[in-house]
Amino acid sequence: MNKARKNPFNTLAMHGALILYTLIALFPVFVILINSFKDRKAIFREPLALPDAETFSMIGYQTVMKQGDFFLYFQNSLIVTVASLFFVLLFGAMAAFALAEYRFKGNTLMGLYLALGIMIPIRIGTVAILEMMVAGGLVNTLWALILVYTAQGLPLAVFILSEFMRQVSDDLKNAARVDGLSEYAIFFRLVLPLVRPAMATVAVFNMIPIWNDLWFPLILAPAEETKTLTLGSQVFIGQFVTDWNAVLSALSMAILPVLILYVIFSRQLIRGITSGAVK
Amino acid sequence: MQRARIRWHIPVFLAPAVLVYTAIMIFPLFNTLRLALYSKVDQERIFVGLDNFRTLFFDPIWSEQFWNALGNNFWFFIVHMLVQNPIGVALAAILSHPRLRFAALYRSAIFIPTILSFVIVGFAWKLILSPIWGIAPSMLDFVGLKSLFVPWLGKEEYALTTLALISVWQFVGIPMMLIYAALLSIPEEILEAGEVDGITGISAFWKIKLPLILPSIGIISILTFVGNFNAFDLIYASQGALAGPDFSTDILGTFLYRTFFGFQLQLGDPHMGSAIASGMFAIILIGVCIYLFGIQTRMRRYQM
Repeated sequence: MNKARKNPFNTLAMHGALILYTLIALFPVFVILINSFKDRKAIFREPLALPDAETFSMIGYQTVMKQGDFFLYFQNSLIVTVASLFFVLLFGAMAAFALAEYRFKGNTLMGLYLALGIMIPIRIGTVAILEMMVAGGLVNTLWALILVYTAQGLPLAVFILSEFMRQVSDDLKNAARVDGLSEYAIFFRLVLPLVRPAMATVAVFNMIPIWNDLWFPLILAPAEETKTLTLGSQVFIGQFVTDWNAVLSALSMAILPVLILYVIFSRQLIRGITSGAVK
Repeated sequence: MQRARIRWHIPVFLAPAVLVYTAIMIFPLFNTLRLALYSKVDQERIFVGLDNFRTLFFDPIWSEQFWNALGNNFWFFIVHMLVQNPIGVALAAILSHPRLRFAALYRSAIFIPTILSFVIVGFAWKLILSPIWGIAPSMLDFVGLKSLFVPWLGKEEYALTTLALISVWQFVGIPMMLIYAALLSIPEEILEAGEVDGITGISAFWKIKLPLILPSIGIISILTFVGNFNAFDLIYASQGALAGPDFSTDILGTFLYRTFFGFQLQLGDPHMGSAIASGMFAIILIGVCIYLFGIQTRMRRYQM
């Protein structure tokens, strides 16, 4: 073993660099969170101080609760994200299974066709998507968003899942066929449970962009009753620009659910990225 | 002779994905390209050929905005390439060091900005850089550089670069993770063989690891390119649809939004919007093709 790898000075420098960057990464989030619990004077006098008994205040949160329907926004975001993920996973896995399992005419072509969407952003087609949603009467419904996010998520889902499905052993499937299981039963009862880790990876990959998207909620579903949390906080903050307590509290309320989800799923997410699923 | 029976389960498995994908993604994409060739005159949609593109590129009012947005978009991309990717590679190189303690903790913490929405990121930085709140000036004061403070987001010459750096701050986690994964997949034997030849430490990074992770850097570059050329949210959240001050932060995404939906006194125009979207499509397509045919095929992939 070489000396460079054990040099204590090097170790110190590495930790120094990482700690510095971690501070840069977390500082803005930290400042927003602590100041959301302070009264207006303290926000301006000591922006970097933690809230104490004297400066603690929930006034911002009270304004947010009174003025914006954040529970509704949260519920909308949750419905859209969960429903889109469900369809991406179900439809994506079915198509991936067909591509990975059966040899048929046009298999490769179909795979390429479905992979096109990995590189081309769906936003380019916005004008025609809006026109179609208007014609279909889906504007200002959550269905419009669910459909768009399903289409957006499918290409990468099919690509990743078919890679994993090729690894499921043929003997297992053939044994099931000998036992008289239908192709549908093989897919739902045998293959799906086996590729669960890959499904989780796909779900986590899709979750963040769907939850955070501003473009399509703004264009397809801007009505009060269909606002997502991202759009809702954008509009709310725009209206309360001068009310710092309210703005900071609204930001914190938008940060917290994502942060909690991240703490729960971060291991899955990081394992998904580092396992080379996006190669 | 027995005819092969149709295996119905194959279309059944494929149908939902293909239908949704075709109807919501591919068809609107081509329909948008088609709509760019039409215009609305007296409530009627008429075919005008390439007129919209002529307006976009040569009409003084339109072309000034278009080239401004395109130029800004390129600058936005260049800042990402020059700042985000080197920082990402450097962080990944440190993190992948064997026997580094707390690596998982650093990794998760540095990735946090990436999971936040543009709205949060845009406003959080707007507040922090705001001269009214004074966090940025007082921090500069602390290190004795208060004279350097300027309201960065409010000055035409700094606003775009500032926003690009905010975006870099947000997304540095992605190149970090992908490069980290690539570095971990380098087999120990190769590094040990290098050590035998006396290549260690920093020179091992430049001479052995970097050539091996070049394909990953290529992927990151194209992901950054596509992401930057359809960016919108951060600029809209922090500067509004007008991409102020004086359009200095206008990029193709915000230009498309303004044209398509209208703002203030200008009415929305779906056909000019389609023309801009077609332009974005062409740029992204060119970028992807350069990557696929120019870079990826020529890059040597080492067998590991």
